[in-house]
Amino acid sequence: MYAFEYHRPGSVADAGALLKANEDAKIIAGGMTMIPTLKQRLAMPGELVDLRDCADLKGITVSGGTVTIGAMTKHDTVASSAEVKGAIPALAGLAGNIGDPAVRNRGTLGGSIANNDPAADYPSACLALGATIVTTNREIAAEDFFTGLFETALEEGEIITAVRFPVPEKAAYKKFDQPASRYALVGVFVAKTAGGVRVGVTGAGQDGVFRQTDMEAALSANFAPEAIDGVMVSPDRLNVDIHGDAAYRANLIKVMAKRAVADCA
Amino acid sequence: MPTVSMTVNGKQVSGEVDARKLLVEFLRENLLLTGTHVGCDTSQCGACVVHVDGRSVKSCTMLAVMADGASVTTIEGMASGETMHPMQEAFREQHGLQCGFCTPGMVMSAVDLVAVNPDPSEAEIRHWLGGNICRCTGYHNIVEAVRDGAARMRALGKAAAE
Ligand SMILES: Cc1cc2nc3c(=O)[nH]c(=O)nc-3n(C[C@H](O)[C@H](O)[C@H](O)COP(=O)(O)OP(=O)(O)OC[C@H]3O[C@@H](n4cnc5c(N)ncnc54)[C@H](O)[C@@H]3O)c2cc1C
Ligand code: FES
Ligand code: FES
Repeated sequence: MYAFEYHRPGSVADAGALLKANEDAKIIAGGMTMIPTLKQRLAMPGELVDLRDCADLKGITVSGGTVTIGAMTKHDTVASSAEVKGAIPALAGLAGNIGDPAVRNRGTLGGSIANNDPAADYPSACLALGATIVTTNREIAAEDFFTGLFETALEEGEIITAVRFPVPEKAAYKKFDQPASRYALVGVFVAKTAGGVRVGVTGAGQDGVFRQTDMEAALSANFAPEAIDGVMVSPDRLNVDIHGDAAYRANLIKVMAKRAVADCA
Repeated sequence: MPTVSMTVNGKQVSGEVDARKLLVEFLRENLLLTGTHVGCDTSQCGACVVHVDGRSVKSCTMLAVMADGASVTTIEGMASGETMHPMQEAFREQHGLQCGFCTPGMVMSAVDLVAVNPDPSEAEIRHWLGGNICRCTGYHNIVEAVRDGAARMRALGKAAAE
């Protein structure tokens, strides 16, 4: 690790001021990606701004058909929250399967989506549920937030404060995990809402998380696992690595989507 | 340099550390608590698991300054005097180790599991230990040890309540 200065502001406003004042300052949340990145010297921030004392970034509220989760809320807190389990059990289940317990005790929702790892779990839920990302500057629809591999719409110094998830009629998440890292080789989040069915796919796309719109159309017409049989999933723009080629991933998307729909029944 | 203070195994400690010092380095190098191991240093293996405010974390993936003000428990804090913690006793009885390198992290993770799930099934134990890698035993006896340790902890809890 290169040397850096460490700051621990007590509010989002103070954190924002620190980021503004120091051009090479970076946020640290749970550190589960940031610390490995620093160890590999892939980042060289002059200052680290730790958000852990920003009480205004923590907590879960459910009201008016929306689950709002603060950016600094840990995966384990989401997984064990009675409110989330009641409103969107698939989201609690997703959080409970991220990495391992020690990762879930540190990693946060804000850190996960800001990082936008192409195999991370939360981005698929954000897309499928039609979530809104709330930042210090504005509100961003999930569609506009995830812009590519490890890329988001966040600007310099912009802090995610919370994510708002509309409560769906039904939803399920199925992940085929890579057993060594427990990241998704392919993960599919299916949500049935009043406005139709939405399918978010992670782990598979060369450009990161995406919506599988052909499946959405088929499932909106007939919300049953068989409806997916007729959908052609193209291997174009899907990931190829030592764990699986594009055709394998294309098939896994269908298998996971069918399991997710079956789970919604 | 920043000053950190925290409670480690019930004792108040403080020290000046470079901001980039990892919690595991602070424990091993400053406090000489070398029971917490570094297996991978890439957040994968779980040999470095300690409890911070009662929950298991990978101490190679936390800065010492991020534990400022926290209560930390390491494997050295598990026994009471000469009496091993029931989970340690279970690992010995069930042969849940060979070289022992992964064992401190296994025990710390297992105790965190029993705190949230006092009677875990085999599947739940295996899922929970997904982030603890052992290069020797093949996990069978580790899972047995965690079941036995959980049973011992339940029995002790019951005895204490009576
Ligand atoms: C062994 C291991 C296994 C894992 N397995 C999985 C898995 O199966 N699925 C999965 O989805 N993830 C997995 N992860 C990642 C984990 O879920 C973390 O949540 C993720 O690494 C980032 O969250 P963090 O809170 O630790 O953020 P940090 O590492 O602290 O930060 C990550 C990035 O986000 C930025 N950031 C953080 N918070 C904010 C904010 N509020 N506003 C703006 N920017 C912000 C930081 O500047 C940094 O660039 C795994 C990690 C490890 C180490
Ligand atoms: S040394 Fe920390 S996870 Fe391996
Ligand atoms: S006993 Fe040797 S690594 Fe687990």
